[in-house]
Amino acid sequence: MIKRDLVIVGGGPAGMAAAIAAYENGVKDILLIERDQYLGGILNQCIHTGFGLNYFKETLTGPEYADRFMRKICSIPDIEISLKSFAVRLTGDKTLTYLKPGSLNEVRPKAIIMATGCREKTREMIHIPGTRPAGIFSAGLAQKLINIEGLLPGREVVVIGSGDIGLIMARRFMLEGARVKAIIEIEGKSRGLVRNMVQCVEDFDIPVYFNHKVLEIHGKDRVEKVSVAKVDSKMNKAAGTEFDITCDTVLVSVGLIPENELIEMAGVAIDKKTNSPVSKEVNETSIPGVFVCGNSFKVYDLVDSVTADSELAGKLAAEYLGSVR
Amino acid sequence: MSVYDVAVIGGGVVGTAIGRELSRYKLRVCLFEKEAELAFGISKSNSGIIHPGTQNPPGLLKSLLCVQGNALTRKLAKELFIDFKEVGELIVAFDKEEAERLLQIKKDGQALKVPGLRIVDKKWLEKNEPNLSDKAIAALYAPTAGIISPYRWVYDFAENAVKNGLEIHTSAKVEAILSKRPGFEITASGETFFTRYIVNAAGLYADEISKMAGADNFKIKPRKGEAFLLDKKNEHMTRHLLFPLPSKISKGILVTRTSDGNPMIGPTAEDVTDKEDLSTTEAGLRKALEGSKKLVPSINENSIIAYFSGLRPVAGDDFIIRHEDGIPGFINVAGIQSPGLTAAPAIALMTAGILKDNGLRLKKKAVFHKYRKKEIHLFSIPLAKTKSLIRKDAGYGDIVCRCEMVSSKEVREAISRGAKTMDGLKFRTRAQAGRCHGSFCTTRLMRILAEETGTPLVKVTKRGKGSEIVKEDRSSD
Repeated sequence: MIKRDLVIVGGGPAGMAAAIAAYENGVKDILLIERDQYLGGILNQCIHTGFGLNYFKETLTGPEYADRFMRKICSIPDIEISLKSFAVRLTGDKTLTYLKPGSLNEVRPKAIIMATGCREKTREMIHIPGTRPAGIFSAGLAQKLINIEGLLPGREVVVIGSGDIGLIMARRFMLEGARVKAIIEIEGKSRGLVRNMVQCVEDFDIPVYFNHKVLEIHGKDRVEKVSVAKVDSKMNKAAGTEFDITCDTVLVSVGLIPENELIEMAGVAIDKKTNSPVSKEVNETSIPGVFVCGNSFKVYDLVDSVTADSELAGKLAAEYLGSVR
Repeated sequence: MSVYDVAVIGGGVVGTAIGRELSRYKLRVCLFEKEAELAFGISKSNSGIIHPGTQNPPGLLKSLLCVQGNALTRKLAKELFIDFKEVGELIVAFDKEEAERLLQIKKDGQALKVPGLRIVDKKWLEKNEPNLSDKAIAALYAPTAGIISPYRWVYDFAENAVKNGLEIHTSAKVEAILSKRPGFEITASGETFFTRYIVNAAGLYADEISKMAGADNFKIKPRKGEAFLLDKKNEHMTRHLLFPLPSKISKGILVTRTSDGNPMIGPTAEDVTDKEDLSTTEAGLRKALEGSKKLVPSINENSIIAYFSGLRPVAGDDFIIRHEDGIPGFINVAGIQSPGLTAAPAIALMTAGILKDNGLRLKKKAVFHKYRKKEIHLFSIPLAKTKSLIRKDAGYGDIVCRCEMVSSKEVREAISRGAKTMDGLKFRTRAQAGRCHGSFCTTRLMRILAEETGTPLVKVTKRGKGSEIVKEDRSSD
């Protein structure tokens, strides 16, 4: 069993900011574990700009934003970074088990910060009926396929939901020469940032259907079309408004859920509706010494807010360690 | 031209169980499957219940085979190292009239020699099934009901049979059967084979295969069932498999769980005409929710992480398992709807018997490999064991699927055992089967699949040709 003052789970923007803040507030024995082979988390696939306007007062791409923190964290020898490390269990006494190629490790820190990010809601969670062919992607997966793997998922795209990743991916598909035939939004207005509606949708003349929903996905092996209809005030389909849109790809961008399965396993109280920890104070949980930050605490619109929130978590953890020392 | 003693048509649980049974004997046996992988037809959407043998009317063949199959399944599960969990089932009564019907079901079951049946009262239910509706007044308890992974069951039968000499042709759709008296010429995906006997286990298409051979004497009507899976977090919501009183066409909306721990609600039962119609519907969801909440009121719609539909191959009330005397050497194993998964090992024995009765010599091989090497699933073993595994092979510590904790080693192992597609990987390893639905692991799985099978990324499919995941590779390398 390894002992540490502070362990941070997750090496995305949240984990990195929390680690740096904890160090700057006096914590000198920090282990950060990251399951991927790089730090940076989801920022690595966000090659568009618009990051850092609040925090750095300039506009950066996702990888550039991540790079600033990477450089800083790598210059601090007191922060040990363990890549390709996958957390599998957390217990109530803060014992964390993680796997690496070649070893299973257990560490019991005095404090732990969970910076595990969030996952996308799936088509299944919003119960869109129909078939289950190839060609249905979460917007984030499509982003990874295009930006990281260099693979084009499809050529005729319908986006379900107007979340930011969906809007950004609509533009990304257009830039790759694919055709985005529609964005279908059940609400009366976009869920995404205004700037994304302007830069990603209006500038590319992508049709947006507000107050519409996808009734069914069709296609045997590959997506062939979606059926769409207008919704009434109760979100039910308005009779006689159905129409089909042919497409080979459906992107789902209908919201994000904090990833908190590990702390739930440890016995932390979780709000069933939001999947966020139930806590009195920002970043704290029902177990003393277990902190949560960034999108795993609450889904933020901007990475700048994630950074600010995580710096606070790092500070709180340092204060906690000071009080228990 | 390849020459076989027996050709089995259909790579679902029935076909592969028959293939495994025949692999005991000195015979040259092959199996044709039209899809890219085995279990991609009816079997993949089976509920995974090993039925005790209740709820089937006495006097039918399937009733008998179900009880026999239940006993055989537990024996075979030990030989083939598949997880079989004997969880027991409760058929729940909500009023006096239903409670009286339980007595008849119990009597019917006992006549079929279903072991251990007993009526349990409200007090027992409160203690042993705490989340069951408090409106339940009694239940028939059948302790021998169990759960198994339906597709892994198929893969395990096939793997062991192949070790014993079965030849499997996938993506091999049977297009023509020419009766040569004796024997048959089969054309499958452009290739021609000769076989002395044919076993038709073609599921939804058994009527078409039978017609091709010259026996146009039954029709398969698909009956759709939609089922919904809940997040594993709810694994302990129920202890037993919960059934309402059965209706004429189905066992009703059940609350069960998969052998991997996901609660399952459904299946619905609706006669359809299209044998390829695997769509789910809003109405199906409502029915499943309504029916399941009647049994377990705390079921939450938001816990649903996956849904699918399957088609039962219905040919009247009973199974059709017979030699077609007009076409010597042709055996139909058709209309294998519920309880087909349970009955499969018994069907296999019966089929071998029919072959023997019709002149096929069944001589045992000197060496029959009865056991199968068990694969490892990290999600089902204790962490202490994982620790020693990772020391021996670093690949077990390289996690690919975060929701279900699947390592790259397990993925590669699944490919070496026959997985060719993303769905095949999902069924074998559970990667992509969790709450994120493959959002995080798809790219990694595609890369491993491409690497291990030597295919370009653009040729990686969800479930065979036509279902390629991506359209184009634009990377420079």
